[in-house]
Amino acid sequence: MADLPWYPIVAILGLAGVTLLSRSFFLIPEREVPIPGWLKEALRYAPLAALAAVVVPETFLTQGHLLDTWRDPRPYAALAGALWYWRSRGMLGTILCGTAVLLVLKLGLGW
Amino acid sequence: MTVSLDSQPMWRHPAFADGVREMAGVAIGLGAWGLVTGVAMVKSGLGVPLSVMMSLLVFAGSAQLASLPLLAAGAPLWVVWATAFCVNLRFVIFSAGWRNYFGSLPQRRRIVLGYFTTDLNYVCFLRRYPDQRPQEGQEPYFWGGVLVNWVAWQVLSMLGIVLADVIPTAWGLGFAGTLALVGLTGSLLKDRATWVAAAVAGCASVAAYALPFKLNIVVSIAVAVALGVLMDHQARALKSQGEV
Repeated sequence: MADLPWYPIVAILGLAGVTLLSRSFFLIPEREVPIPGWLKEALRYAPLAALAAVVVPETFLTQGHLLDTWRDPRPYAALAGALWYWRSRGMLGTILCGTAVLLVLKLGLGW
Repeated sequence: MTVSLDSQPMWRHPAFADGVREMAGVAIGLGAWGLVTGVAMVKSGLGVPLSVMMSLLVFAGSAQLASLPLLAAGAPLWVVWATAFCVNLRFVIFSAGWRNYFGSLPQRRRIVLGYFTTDLNYVCFLRRYPDQRPQEGQEPYFWGGVLVNWVAWQVLSMLGIVLADVIPTAWGLGFAGTLALVGLTGSLLKDRATWVAAAVAGCASVAAYALPFKLNIVVSIAVAVALGVLMDHQARALKSQGEV
């Protein structure tokens, strides 16, 4: 399916639909709908879980396998970004700090 | 935005300018986020035209970033969409808040309005109108903020797309998108239960990585949510036992 030319286009159109549906969710019905309790509970963990589930493999796996070398810049960059966020709570600094570590290791040390 | 209110164009209303001004004050961080998303889209292999299309239509940075690795891996559409919806769940809750202000508008206008709401709009709006009820000037104020938010996001996102096309892939700058998600994850870690849920989701995602169709993401969300809810219920049960 991923080889088909329409795959990314349909995916993006659907994602636009996801944006519309999630942002308008309780604005769509004609009558007011109370927020169900399970949704409040899921809200606490589902976004966090989705993010962690994407971030960890992107940081520690190479082509489906755990890193077998310590000379990969990604874990260090992620650690630097995480430490920065922990200290300062600033998103911009997190991205800049992590990217700086990545560039130094990749371009400076040739990892 | 040219919908007239009392026969006066909305952008002429003084609250519109307030919305523009207050959003301009906080939109700088948003710009950086847009830049990173622009770079990450192109570096994930999406190409310039599709990246532009994604930015203009999807208009949701964290959902875009989270879906990029799934798109690159050719995950089934429902997995891509379900993951993005989970990342967007906060907006579902915000939409209930928006209803308190805009619930009396016609349905189509409510939905269009909802599509353009972001985290920053919600924060600014709640700061200005802490009483959750309809008031005069709310719609112009809303659209003023949305205008700045949307333009800042799209301009910086396009800049990122153009830059990414020039910067060599060997620099690995696509990882900046993951770094943005690291910060976003950090903002959701509040107590022991959220830390445990995040750790479990991360480990489960790696352990189940061999599953086809990127189902490891879905499995991880299910496991972490179940565990988190279980921890909440247990904590509540312990607390009520202690009170007896």
